Amino acid sequence: MEFTLLINAIIAGLLLGVFYAAVTGGVSISFGMLDIVNIAHPGFIILGSYIAYIVNSSFGIDPIVVSILALPLFYLLGTAVYQIYYVSFEKFGQESLRGLAFFFGLLFVTEVCLLLVFGVDYRSVNAGYIGPSLHLGPMEFPLRLLVPCLVSLAMFAALQLFLSRTFIGRAVMAVSQDPTALRLMAVDPTRIKRIAFGISIATASMAGAFLIIIQPVIPSVGRDYIGRIFAICVLGGLGSLPGTLIAALLLGVIESITSVFYGPSWAPAVSFGILLLTLAVRPSGLLGR
Amino acid sequence: MRTPVFIFWEVVVGAALFLLFRNYGNDYLFFAGYTVLQFIVLGTAWNILGGYCGYVNFGTAGFFALGAYSSVFFYNIGQNLDDIMPEKLLAPMQWIFPLPVPVLIVIAGAVAGLIGLGTGYLTLRLRGVFFAIATLALAVVLQTLVVNWDFVGGSRGAYVIPPEKIPVFGPYIQYLFMLMLILVVVSLTVARLIERSRLGYGFATIRDDEMAAEASGVPTLRLKLIATVVSGALMGMAGATFPFYIGYVEPDSAFNLSYAVNSIAMPMIGGTTTWAGPLIGAILLGTLQQVATVTISSAVNLLIVGLLLIGFVIVAPSGIVGLWQKWVRKGPKP
Repeated sequence: MEFTLLINAIIAGLLLGVFYAAVTGGVSISFGMLDIVNIAHPGFIILGSYIAYIVNSSFGIDPIVVSILALPLFYLLGTAVYQIYYVSFEKFGQESLRGLAFFFGLLFVTEVCLLLVFGVDYRSVNAGYIGPSLHLGPMEFPLRLLVPCLVSLAMFAALQLFLSRTFIGRAVMAVSQDPTALRLMAVDPTRIKRIAFGISIATASMAGAFLIIIQPVIPSVGRDYIGRIFAICVLGGLGSLPGTLIAALLLGVIESITSVFYGPSWAPAVSFGILLLTLAVRPSGLLGR
Repeated sequence: MRTPVFIFWEVVVGAALFLLFRNYGNDYLFFAGYTVLQFIVLGTAWNILGGYCGYVNFGTAGFFALGAYSSVFFYNIGQNLDDIMPEKLLAPMQWIFPLPVPVLIVIAGAVAGLIGLGTGYLTLRLRGVFFAIATLALAVVLQTLVVNWDFVGGSRGAYVIPPEKIPVFGPYIQYLFMLMLILVVVSLTVARLIERSRLGYGFATIRDDEMAAEASGVPTLRLKLIATVVSGALMGMAGATFPFYIGYVEPDSAFNLSYAVNSIAMPMIGGTTTWAGPLIGAILLGTLQQVATVTISSAVNLLIVGLLLIGFVIVAPSGIVGLWQKWVRKGPKP
């Protein structure tokens, strides 16, 4: 019986891990590649969850479809935020202290606005795959984890292809390393960064939909994800999407096993432990350069 | 102004405030004033690391709660002495417990300072961003620990019942107000001393160009650790009296994110380079919030703080003090 429990904990952890990767993907781009410490990312994710919730509860459209439809909206939001950030901080090289405070304020304002509009009730969405599970022998695959997991994988593959195959994608990878060289290639680094930041926020739309499929959401839930997101991002080696995926799977499994065997209230401590350990032992992460 | 003179004026202003409240105000004024004073301490403490060194600490709530829960811990020991202490120790322990609040404040400072030292030692060698993220996560983890620790109340919370009256001061809140006033004097003095000492210049070199500072022989890691410990300890001390103030502590209120936001917003709005910045920011924002909580709602006042923070960071990066200095330098138009 103990063995079945362990197997299922690992499966749930792996499924959850892929979801964590989707949540972290955006930060891997903004923090890892663009060097923009967007701690407001969880705020955008929760925003995505609530948009999925509103459309789902009033029109009954599938949350994942909603999140895909909302991609352009989030992309524009991202470019707008980057524009403000660039004009006010990055242009003068003042990004460290004030930039952090700016994003922190943004996170806080998003949370309080959602709180004022929706209150502190837990919100959830309706879809056919929330509830049933797929059984394979002793193994159980809850569909509400499996579906976001598969879509996450697709999203991750698309991101990786975009970054490694297209010109703009390669320019994004290049901009963090040598903006001057990029300028010599007649590419405007600011434009590239704006596009990349837009994409990073766009992923938050989908991650938000996954989140509200997996668990009911309240405005303050985003905070729980900050430690997790940055732990994964640092562990994966900043700016490496495959590294992010591996780190996310690792964290997912460890967290899941912790919560099955020691109780769910201990799970948040795991990510922080891993974060501190990584920072102390190997700050460049698993696949860091 | 020399330091003893500065302290003298602080004490004079503090005493005047206290007497004014005592003679012309009511208990509500003490309750509201306590909150503002608490934010002055938190803002000043944050600024020692954030403003002077340029290292952002998002974990104010964590350090604050650490102080609050260390008080709860020792209070609970005092309440359950018969069960906890072995027979032999009971008599001397009964003599020691319950610990007076000033002692609890010192203990809380030590605990929070130690945690600051630990976190700092692990993360301060890296870029400042990592420290910021670690402090953010630290608050979450401390909260997890407290939620799972039944002795200090767990997720249910703990009651700390202060006596209603106390000799000399009368109502207990006046005593707490006085303690917080002393903490304000201490933290402002510390901040001002740092600002004008070798230490402060060292901090400023870290803020402006850490690489250059390190290259010219400034012991950056040691200085950053000092700043983290001092700042964390002051935050913990501000939290130590919180259980006695509120009477009932639960993790959500002690770890409230509003402490983190306020302690960043206040120095940012006031100005981060001098001790006066957090003071001005805390008085303005603290009073504004007290008014907004009563007249509108507590969620709205948090929104105001967040928006003010974003606005000031973008439009007036050096805060009110910076605006003032600019105005003085230019001079009023004839």
